Amino acid sequence: MVSRSSSPTVVLRLRGFRELGIIIFIVLISLVIGARNPRFLTWGNLHDMLLDTAILSILAVGMMLVLVTGGIDLSAESGLALTGMVAGMVIKAHPHLSPLFMLFLGLGLGSLLGALTGVIVAWGRVLPIIATLSMMYVYRGITFIISGGKWINAYEMPDSFKEMATGRLLGFSNLITIALLVYLVFYYFIYHTRTGREIYAVGSNLEAARIIGIDTTFITWLVYTLSGALYGLSGVMWVARYASAQNDTATGFVMTIVAACVLGGVSITGGVGSLFGVLLGSVTIGIINNALPMVRISPFWKMALQGIIILVAVMVNILITQSVERAQRRRRNEEI
Amino acid sequence: MKKNVSLLVFLLLGIFVLTGSVFAKGFTIGMVVKNLGNPFMDACGKGGQEACELLGNTLIFQGPATPTVEGQIEIIENLIAQKVDAICVTANDFDALVPVLKKAMANNIKVVSFDSAVNPEGRIVHVNQADAEQIGKLQVQAIAEMIGYEGEIAILSAGATMTNQNTWIAYMKEELKDPKYAKMNLVTIVYGDDLRDKSYNEAMGLFKSYPNLKGIISPTTVGVSAAAKAITDAGLVGKIKLTGLGLPSEMAEWIHNGACEAMFLWNPIDLGYLAAYVAGLLCDGTITGKEGEQFSAGRMGDYTITKAGDGGTEVLLGPPFRFDRSNIDEWKNVY
Repeated sequence: MVSRSSSPTVVLRLRGFRELGIIIFIVLISLVIGARNPRFLTWGNLHDMLLDTAILSILAVGMMLVLVTGGIDLSAESGLALTGMVAGMVIKAHPHLSPLFMLFLGLGLGSLLGALTGVIVAWGRVLPIIATLSMMYVYRGITFIISGGKWINAYEMPDSFKEMATGRLLGFSNLITIALLVYLVFYYFIYHTRTGREIYAVGSNLEAARIIGIDTTFITWLVYTLSGALYGLSGVMWVARYASAQNDTATGFVMTIVAACVLGGVSITGGVGSLFGVLLGSVTIGIINNALPMVRISPFWKMALQGIIILVAVMVNILITQSVERAQRRRRNEEI
Repeated sequence: MKKNVSLLVFLLLGIFVLTGSVFAKGFTIGMVVKNLGNPFMDACGKGGQEACELLGNTLIFQGPATPTVEGQIEIIENLIAQKVDAICVTANDFDALVPVLKKAMANNIKVVSFDSAVNPEGRIVHVNQADAEQIGKLQVQAIAEMIGYEGEIAILSAGATMTNQNTWIAYMKEELKDPKYAKMNLVTIVYGDDLRDKSYNEAMGLFKSYPNLKGIISPTTVGVSAAAKAITDAGLVGKIKLTGLGLPSEMAEWIHNGACEAMFLWNPIDLGYLAAYVAGLLCDGTITGKEGEQFSAGRMGDYTITKAGDGGTEVLLGPPFRFDRSNIDEWKNVY
């Protein structure tokens, strides 16, 4: 502890090292794919890839906070679909509404959905996996009910809404800018506020957190609400991006979100996870999704390859993290 | 005393229900679709309703929430228990529904499959959209016209194991062997699994892997609209042409902005209409589902039952309908 606070540069370097595994992996796979298709390494494609990652990376932040407390939010995918459908229906009925308002509508509605899930987990004391699995079906069901089974199609949405996803600010797609803003806000929240730090305390040791006076029930509720706010926001972005609100939007997507978190070094058992890691994890998934259609291989290989790449990435990450931690421990022992 | 009254009420109710079903005019036809909340399937139901009203029958429209075989089996068991007169089903699996449908037929229920067939053992007759050969050929002809019979084309399909997709693709390849397409080259087939994000990424991948690509055929509704969006986003409208099988409501935007000049689909309202009509005729004994039988199906005109490729018999709806700028606006609100 003493050594950490006395030499901030070492701390910074070590924190960087933690994500070294995934960075090496990203560089390696980019070179391999770039060798097979040079267009992969162009600026245009890089931008497309970041654009692809934008929504996933936002969802991963919410999922990370839940995972850090030792929970999981399986309802994220259908919560996204439900907010997306509501957004689609609202914008169809009131095409003059500004896209910015729609984003806040998504944030608000998502927060409500997340808060409801949070109440069930925090005060209802239902196991997160059971509670969120149930809510996953509930939100999907409501999506079907409110839409009457109908889709909202491209021609029913105003251009202003669709342009939110295609428009650019300073050369970057708006979706990327939104993702960056989310990361800035959450960077401050997680690393520089008391509540943010308390989330980690709850995840590392629930009993200890309670004893030192942290309102663990509130923190548990809060992470699901935040996850909700982020999938609500993502729902609106998703619908604008694909110009279509379907009942089955993002079915099965929750696995991709969890995969992005795990790739980024978030521990499923709680207590561990960094914003930077999650961003890298999302980018890795983005690269895989973007690169596989470009390498000209059989579709059956693609499926298998996707799994293998994720597995290798996780293994490389674990190995490097372990060796970094060993080095850290050695250094700490020496200093003591 | 109270007990007796309630017993009497139950008895009366029972008699009422029984006689009700015995003396009701017309037949009860159950229509089981792949899943609820799918605009295509809803349109089939609309057509089925129309045909049933015309013939004085009653339609029960049902389907599972997600396209699963288990869900369909449960619904069909239910319909058998309700003693319906006929079942029209668009199957989620070619073989898995056979046992339950055999049970239905053993209970004197007429079974018609439509859109997506079941094994001939499990049906009396199948009502097919259009023949696969025509569907495959039309799309190749359309893309050839759009790109001037010259250049690289690619196919964006749904799942690599889907029977209908693969059959159409086989006929597309067959059509491409014709010498008039000698300057056209099918470079690849990719699969978007009918997921919007994956189909979009696969389309984007095509533009980048094949810089000289001139056209895309996407014989699946999600695929063709995701490809249209990708073409629009990549600024390739007019440079890469697109056709396929799409829903007018989803494609209206992309037909208007030029990303897709024309695409095809059979009319699901007509398909549901014909299926329910055939079921009605089977119930009243006008037809028995044998090869060579001829009948007239209301507003749809005359049909003949033919031999199907799978060994059973079928009725062919007719050629797929072409949607382009001239007619998309009338259809975009229909389905």
